[in-house]
Amino acid sequence: MSQMVDNGRDLLHRDRAFDFSAQQRAWLQFKESMRRDRTFDFMVKAKDLELDVSHGPILYIEDLNVSFDGFKAIDHLNFYVDAGELRCVIGANGAGKTTMMDIITGKTRPDSGSVYFGQKIDLLRLTEPEIAEIGIGRKFQKPTVFEHHTVFENLELAMAADKRVFPTLLARLTAAQRERIDEVLETIGLTEHARREAGSLSHGQKQWLEIGMLLMQDPLLLLVDEPVAGMTHQEMDRTAELLLSLQGKHSVVVVEHDMDFVRSIARRVTVLHQGSVLAEGSMDQVQNDPRVVEVYLGE
Amino acid sequence: MLGLLLAVAVVVPVLNLAVPEGHPLHVSTYTVTLLGKYLTYALLAVAVDLVWGYLGILSLGHGAFFALGGYAMGMYLMRQIGDRGVYGDPVLPDFMVFLDWQALPWFWHGFDMFWLAALMVVLVPGALAFVFGWLAFRSRVTGVYLSIITQALTYALMLAFFRNEMGFGGNNGLTDFKDMLGFNLQADSTRVGLFVASAVALALGYLACRWIVTSKLGRVAVAIRDAEARTRFIGYRVDRVKVAIWTFSAMLAGIAGALYVPQVGIINPGEFSPLNSIELVVWVAVGGRATLYGAVIGAIVVNYGKTYFTGAFPEAWLFALGGLFVLVTLFLPQGIAGLFRQLKRRRSGAAAQSAAA
Ligand SMILES: Nc1ncnc2c1ncn2[C@@H]1O[C@H](COP(=O)(O)OP(=O)(O)OP(=O)(O)O)[C@@H](O)[C@H]1O
Ligand SMILES: [Mg+2]
Repeated sequence: MSQMVDNGRDLLHRDRAFDFSAQQRAWLQFKESMRRDRTFDFMVKAKDLELDVSHGPILYIEDLNVSFDGFKAIDHLNFYVDAGELRCVIGANGAGKTTMMDIITGKTRPDSGSVYFGQKIDLLRLTEPEIAEIGIGRKFQKPTVFEHHTVFENLELAMAADKRVFPTLLARLTAAQRERIDEVLETIGLTEHARREAGSLSHGQKQWLEIGMLLMQDPLLLLVDEPVAGMTHQEMDRTAELLLSLQGKHSVVVVEHDMDFVRSIARRVTVLHQGSVLAEGSMDQVQNDPRVVEVYLGE
Repeated sequence: MLGLLLAVAVVVPVLNLAVPEGHPLHVSTYTVTLLGKYLTYALLAVAVDLVWGYLGILSLGHGAFFALGGYAMGMYLMRQIGDRGVYGDPVLPDFMVFLDWQALPWFWHGFDMFWLAALMVVLVPGALAFVFGWLAFRSRVTGVYLSIITQALTYALMLAFFRNEMGFGGNNGLTDFKDMLGFNLQADSTRVGLFVASAVALALGYLACRWIVTSKLGRVAVAIRDAEARTRFIGYRVDRVKVAIWTFSAMLAGIAGALYVPQVGIINPGEFSPLNSIELVVWVAVGGRATLYGAVIGAIVVNYGKTYFTGAFPEAWLFALGGLFVLVTLFLPQGIAGLFRQLKRRRSGAAAQSAAA
C-alpha cells in the first residue's frame, strides 16, 4: 500500500503531470466557477484542477448508475483504482465493462453517482477532449484507427501536444517527437508499416496501432478494452509485457475475456456482474469465490 | 495546376487586349468575363471542397455565403453610382427612391468606401458562418441533419432578401453598376482586370486551403471526417476545429461572390436559391472530392457544360445536371480527379511492367 502512495506522489511530481496552458486552466476554472451549486465562490482555486492522489486512488467511482431504456447497465457501482496500479476487470458479456469506460471518458452520461480523477477532478463535468487532456487515454474494444491516415500519422495525431486549433495548424514535428514516434513504432512492431494506410492493416495490427496511439498520448490513466482479441499467442505475450512495463508510472485498467492473459498480468482482479462489483481480489481469491464460480467462471 | 492557372491568367488578357479583333486568336471580352465568372465559381468550389472533402461537412448552403459576399460588393457598387442613377439622387440608390425612402438605412452607411465593403465581404459571411457553426457543431449536429439546416439557412435568407423592407432591392436585387474604384465596369481593361483578380484570388485561396489540408490541422480534419468520436477521445476539440475551418471556408465563398458580382453586373436573391448550393456540390462531386484541384476542374467543366446546354437546350439543363451527377456517382466515385489518378497509376504500372520485361 505504501508503495502505491509513493507511486502516487511520483505521478504528482512528474513535470508533465499537469501541463495545461494558462488559458485552458483559466477556462476550466471559469467553467467550474459557473457551476450552479458553487455560485458564491467566484474563483475556484487552480489547485482544484490538480490531480491529487495523496490518498492512494487515482480513480474514484461511487454509487454510479446508468440505464438504457430501463435496463440497468451500471447498478450502484463502486470502483477504485490506485495510482500506479494495473487492474484487470473481468465479467460476462453485457456486465457493463465497456459502459463503465464510456462513462469515465465522457462518452456516456450517467443517471447518478460520481466519478473523480484523483480527489478533486470531477470527470462528469468535463467533455471528452478535456478528459483526454487531463491524462486519461483509452483503447476501444473495437479497434478504431484513422483508416485513411498512415500508421505514422495516426501516432502523430494521438501524440501529447497542444491540441488547440491554431497551435495544431502551425505544428511542426520536432526531432524529439519524431524519435518518440519511431520508438513507439518499434514497440508496437509496425516500423516497416509506418507509411501504410492504417485501413489496410490486419485486425491484430490495428490493435497494436491503437495501443501505440495510447502510448503516444502518454496518459496517467490508461483504459484498455480487450487488447488481445484477435492476437496470436506471441503477440499476447508481448502485450502482457508491455502492460506490465507501464504499471508504476501509469495506472492501467484492462478489460479482458482471455483468462490466461488475465492470469499472466493480474495483481488485482475485479469481477463485474450486472453492472456492479461481484468480487475483487487476487486472481486466486476471485477464482475460488463461490459467487464468481457460479455466475462466471463456472459456466 | 497553379502553373496552368497562371498561364491562363496571362495568356487570356494578352489575347484579348493585344490581338486585334477578327484575328482567329482574339479572345472576346464576353469570353474573358465568362471565364472570369468560372474562376469565381472555382474558388467557391474550393471552399466547399475544404469542408466537404476534408472535414466531412456536406454544406448545402454555401451559396448563401457566396451571395452575402456578392451583396456586400453590390452595395459598394450601388453607392458608386452616385447621382448617375435614373432618379439622380446623390446618395440614395434608385430602388430606395422608388420606395420613397427618405434616408439611407444604417447598414448602408460606409459602403461608399471600398475598404469597408471589402472588409464586409469576408466579415459578414464569416460572422454568419461562425454563429451558425458554433451553434450547430457544439450541439453536435452532423450528417444529413446538418445538410438540411444549411439548406434552410440559405432558403431563409433568400426569402428575407426578396422582401423590399430588408433594404437590399427586393427581388430586383442590386444592378446598373457603373464603376468600381473609378474604373468603368464596361471597359475591356476593367473586365480583364477583374478576370486577373479572380485568377489571383483563386490561386491564393487554393494555396491557403492546400496549406491547411497539408498541416497537422488538415490531418485532424480528415480524422474528424473519418472518425469524429475517436478524434475527441484523443483530445481534439472537434467543435472548434469545425467552426474554424467552416468559417474560413465561408469567407472564401464571400470573396468569390464579391468578384462574381462586378463581372455579371447584378446580384439578386436568386443567388440564395437552395438549388444553387446543391449545384455547386455537384461541381465538386464531378471534379472529385478532397483534392482541391478537382473542385476547380469540376466547377469549370460543369459550368462550361451549363453555358453550352442552356444555349442549345434551355429546358434540358436540370436533367443534364441530374444525369451527370448520377453518372459520376455510379462510374466515377472519385470524380475527374480520380480518373486522372487512375490513368497515371495505370501508366506507371505499364512502365514498371515494360521495365521488368
Ligand atoms: N448505448 C447503449 N444503448 C443501449 N444499451 C446499451 C448501450 N451501451 C450498452 N448497452 C447495454 O448495456 C449492457 C452492458 O454493455 P457493455 O458493453 O458495457 O458490456 P461489456 O461488459 O463491455 O460486455 P462485452 O464483454 O460483451 O464487451 C449490454 O446489455 C448492452 O446491450
Ligand atoms: Mg465491452
